Parts: sequence; C-alpha cells; structure tokens
Amino acid sequence: MRDKAVEKGIYFMNGDHACCEGAIAAGCRFFAGYPITPATEVAERMSIRLPQVGGIYIQMEDEIASMAAILGASWGGVKAMTSTSGPGFSLMMENIGLGVCTETPCVICNVQRAGPSTGLPTNVAQGDMMQARWGSHGHYEIIALSPSSPQEMFDMTILAFNLSEEYRIPVLIMADEVVGHMNERVVIPDIEEIEIVNRAKPHAPPEGYLPYRPGPNGVPILPNCGDGYRIHVTGLTHDERGYPVMTADAQAQMVEHLVNKIVLNREKIIKTTSFYLDDAEVVVISYGITFRSARSAVEQIREAGVRAGLLKLDTVWPFPEELVRSLARNVKALVVAEINLGQMVREVERCAAGRCRVHLVPHHGGAVIRPERIIEGIRAALKRKRNR
Amino acid sequence: MRGKKRELPGHPMDRLLRVDRIPHIWCSGCGIGTIFGGVLAAIQKLDIDLNKLAMVSGIGCTGRMAGYIKVDSFHTTHGRAIPFATGLKLARPDIKVIVASGDGDLFAIGGNHLIHAARRNIDMTVICVNNLNYGMTGGQQAPSTPLGFKTTTTPEGSPEEPFNFCYLAAACGAVYVARWTALHIRLLTNSIAEALQKKGFTFIEILCPCPSVFGRRNKMGNALETLKLYHDRSVIKNEIDPKEAGIDLFGEIVVGKFVDRERPTFIDYYRSIVCHETPEDNVIRIAR
Repeated sequence: MRDKAVEKGIYFMNGDHACCEGAIAAGCRFFAGYPITPATEVAERMSIRLPQVGGIYIQMEDEIASMAAILGASWGGVKAMTSTSGPGFSLMMENIGLGVCTETPCVICNVQRAGPSTGLPTNVAQGDMMQARWGSHGHYEIIALSPSSPQEMFDMTILAFNLSEEYRIPVLIMADEVVGHMNERVVIPDIEEIEIVNRAKPHAPPEGYLPYRPGPNGVPILPNCGDGYRIHVTGLTHDERGYPVMTADAQAQMVEHLVNKIVLNREKIIKTTSFYLDDAEVVVISYGITFRSARSAVEQIREAGVRAGLLKLDTVWPFPEELVRSLARNVKALVVAEINLGQMVREVERCAAGRCRVHLVPHHGGAVIRPERIIEGIRAALKRKRNR
Repeated sequence: MRGKKRELPGHPMDRLLRVDRIPHIWCSGCGIGTIFGGVLAAIQKLDIDLNKLAMVSGIGCTGRMAGYIKVDSFHTTHGRAIPFATGLKLARPDIKVIVASGDGDLFAIGGNHLIHAARRNIDMTVICVNNLNYGMTGGQQAPSTPLGFKTTTTPEGSPEEPFNFCYLAAACGAVYVARWTALHIRLLTNSIAEALQKKGFTFIEILCPCPSVFGRRNKMGNALETLKLYHDRSVIKNEIDPKEAGIDLFGEIVVGKFVDRERPTFIDYYRSIVCHETPEDNVIRIAR
C-alpha cells in the first residue's frame, strides 16, 4: 500500500503545500488554523491531507483559538501545527508564550506579508523577525527557521517538528509570501530517509515524579495527558512539580531553565549554510527568500573580482552569534539584506561590535530585493571607511 | 505546623485533590470551594477513570480549580481554556474534558471561543462559576454584573445589562444547559454528573457568592446572607426556555436544567462527513 503520509516523488509544488507535506511526513496529525493570505494554502491542503492519514483538521474562530488548540492537541500527545501571516501571528503571541512556559512542542508557520497592520496581504516581507524573537511578553528563547524555497519549506517543516519535540518548545517557520506561493521542484524522499524525532516519554512511576525537572539535555521529560501521571500544567511561574510558586527565586529558576535549554544546546540547534567564506573580505548575511537574491549578487560580484562570501541563516533564532563574531574579526564588512528596515542587522551589529563595517540593504516590503541592490550594497560597504 | 497537619485524618476527596497544594487561595466566604466540592463529588459518584479525565481552566479565581484537582490539569491563558480543551479533546477523544472557569474568562475575553465550541458541539463539560464580577483582580465589572451594581470600575453602578449565559449557551447549540447556585450543592452535583455523562457541549452556570469584593461593595452582607438571598429568591424551573430564566437579585433567580437534547458532536460529523467512517472507527489512528 502506498504510504499516504510520505508520498515519495518529485513534484512541482508551492511552498505552502510543501510545508504541509513536510508536516505530515514529520508526524503532524493535528492542524488548527484560520484563513489568512498568504498562508491559506497551508490550511487548505491540511484539510485535505490530514483526514487521509487519520489526523484532525479544524478551522478555529480566530488565530488565538488556533494557537490554543494546537497546544491542547500537543498535550494530547499528537504533533500539532498552525499556519498564519502577520495579523494572525500577532494574535498568536500570548499563547506562543504559554507554549514556551509550559514547554509544549508545536510548530507555527508564519508566511510573512508586508505590515504593519493589514499592510500588503498578497505581497512579501520579512518584517516579523523581531516579533518572532520577542513578540510574546517576558524573557524567553525561541527557535525560528527561515526557508528560502518550497523544498526548504518541506525540509524545514520536518526539522521544525523535530526541534520542537526534542526541546519541547514552539518552533516558528518564518516563511514569506514568495516562498509560500512560488511553485518549484520539491523532492519528497522515501519515508526511510526522513529522520523523525519524537518527544521523550517518562518511565519513572507517577508517585513523586517531577515533571518539570530538566532532563539530561536540559529538557524536561513530560508525560502526555492520559499517561497516568495526572500532572498540573500552568502558565504561572512554576517549580519542578509544575506547581505555581510566586517568588522571585522560582521565577529565576524557571526563566533560567527556559533560556538555558536553548542557549546551551545552540550548537546543536543552529544551522547555517556558507558560501565562499574562506577567502571572503566581505560577507553577505541573508535568510529566506532574500538569500536567493543575495546568492545571485555574490556570484555576480565574484565574477567581477570582489572576494565576497555569503552566509545563509537557516536558523534565525537562536542567532548564530559565535559564527558572526568570528566573521566580523576576519572581514572588512558584513552586508545584511532583508525585507524590512533593519531587524536581523541589529543582531549582526551587536555581534560585530565594531570589529568590521555592517551595511544594511533594506526593503520596505512588497517585493523581493533585487540582486543589483545587494551588489550596490557590497560595493558601498567596501568603500565605507567606518562603521555607521 | 506541617507535622501536625500530617496527623489529620484524610479527607474523603483526597484522592481527587492535590493535597500538597492545600490550603487553597480562595477567600473565606467564597463559593468556589463549595462548587469545586460539587465537581469532585460528581466525579467520585461516576467513578470515572482519573487517568482519562482532564480539567482545563482559564485565568481567574475559578481558573485555580485546575491547580487543585489531581487529574491532568491545565491552567491556560485568560479566556482560552475552551480552544485549548478543543485541541486536547480532538487529539484524545477517549479523555473526558472539563472546562472550569469564571464568567469573565468564559464570556468576556473568551466569549468567542465559547459560542463556537457550543456551535461545533465539542464534547466537553463547561463549569461556569458566576460571581458577578472579576474577583481575582479585585472586583471589576464583568459581563454578568447586574445593571446598577457597583464594582471598582463602575463605582456609580454598572450602566450595562448583563448576559443571560444559559440563554446564550443554549442559542449557540449546547446540548445540556443548567443553572444552580452555590447553595444547591446536591442538585449541582447531580447536574454535573449528568452533564459529564452526556456527549457534546454541556454547560452549567453556578451563581457564587463573592463577599470579599462584590458583596461588600453592594451591601449584600457576608457570604451567609448571600446564600440566604439565593435561598429566598431561587426558583427551580426545569425545562423552562432559558430566555425566560433570568437572574434578578431583587426578584427571581431562576435555576434548573433548561436544556437536555441530543446532537451529533464535531467528531461524529468529522468521522462521517470528512473521513467517511463509521462511528466505531477511531479517527486518530497514528500511534502516539
């Protein structure tokens, strides 16, 4: 019988649909969402595909409910996701925080469009990068990935589920309208070739079990609802029993834990792709759809004799601080291209700390950045005497 | 003190309680503890498998119920208990789900979720404790605050008419709708047990004294006097149209079971319409 979860083959598919196929291949069996351009195609395909594999699709009354529902489903032991775009992403923020605080594995795909507010619903932007990092209140760490093609929508959605299960955290796929809507070749491999991570389950007896005690990798081993542990899960500051404790000490312990489980595992989490870094005197840093313009720009300018390199951020959060710091020590300039007026560039500037020039190639949103603009940016960065 | 506490004989409800979390945070005179006792008594009475029972709550005084019951319990965000419970129930149809929250949580910030869960007929029992105000934050106006009653944010009296929650829940499609007060503990316990045995979206509103922050500002006296008011003013009118079932603290407080009907649940329709399955099949077949 043909495996309906992983339909091996070579397809011409858009990014939103590829995201669904990646999710289902990763084991996602619950989707709650709300229609929003340009992410609607994710929900539409999920509504067709999930019933085929024994899963549940539900269209909720809004994105707040969608986010809450996937948290509930995840506690039911089912891998769960939602998809949205800017306005819906804003509505999801509070419950993303609940997911972080209660350590609930789940995946949120944000197919970014231009904002603020309703903005340009059908046009591209990368304006939610800092919202992804800091959008929910309080101090926490998050994992966010940035796909640049439909193929990466497939691959990174699997990765997102694996990371969420391993580190028990909501993982954000920070896609964009162009990646979501473009049709390209997508290769879906054999089911045997796909690495799947499932959350660890406790084996200790329920009596005296401390559900929120960090496990060997800093991540607690929590039971699912119905496993017989009868645990309490709360968005209040809690101790290792999961019980609310309203003290500064408990707050310190919980926040440290939530931050450390990501920060201390960052080398395992962070993925980047490098091009021509060995001889580079200037390095373009980019992510998502903009990476593709950056790659074209770097290849063109290298032909013209400029030793340019390229760093693609597959993982945008946590930010690859060490790598950018070491690059800053070895190059004249770092050029950041992104479809916003300067978000990830702040991280680059922070890590460069004045050791090299940092040059931004911004865009207000509504269109992709053309390679020529990045070429101009590289030339301008090399000409500039001092950091801005 | 701790040693002394351990010597006390166990409470009959201990197996249902997180005894290590007692004493609870509810004010003296608050009715939530009594209502919580009714919830536990109903669970006890039905002899439900405690490993296959979950409580989900939002934020507020009643939201703390989830912290004291010893089943899988989820204290979520303000207003979002119902959508969280929806995800949980759909992922695990074999688990019985109780949502316990206050009137503000369920009908103000969470009102949209309640009406849609009732419309979809998601299989859950919603326990709505109505104390006529926001208690946790110190007594502000709620969607239940009677016209003219004082709260910290309506010092001259509330200029808004309150919801009739039972009428609203019934209109949205709830298959079981009842209202009791914290005084009607036996009727309430039986009603919760009945609701828990029903398939679909079941809703019980319980009028609850809040002497600390509501009663005090409205010269309603202590908790006992509020209970006396419930005693004097409550009229049981089973099967009455919930439209006619009002809460008038100066007139009649209509209580009773207003709706008890059958309707296919979301999962029933999902199985038949979306999956073309018979009701015996389990939709989620994938191993967890």
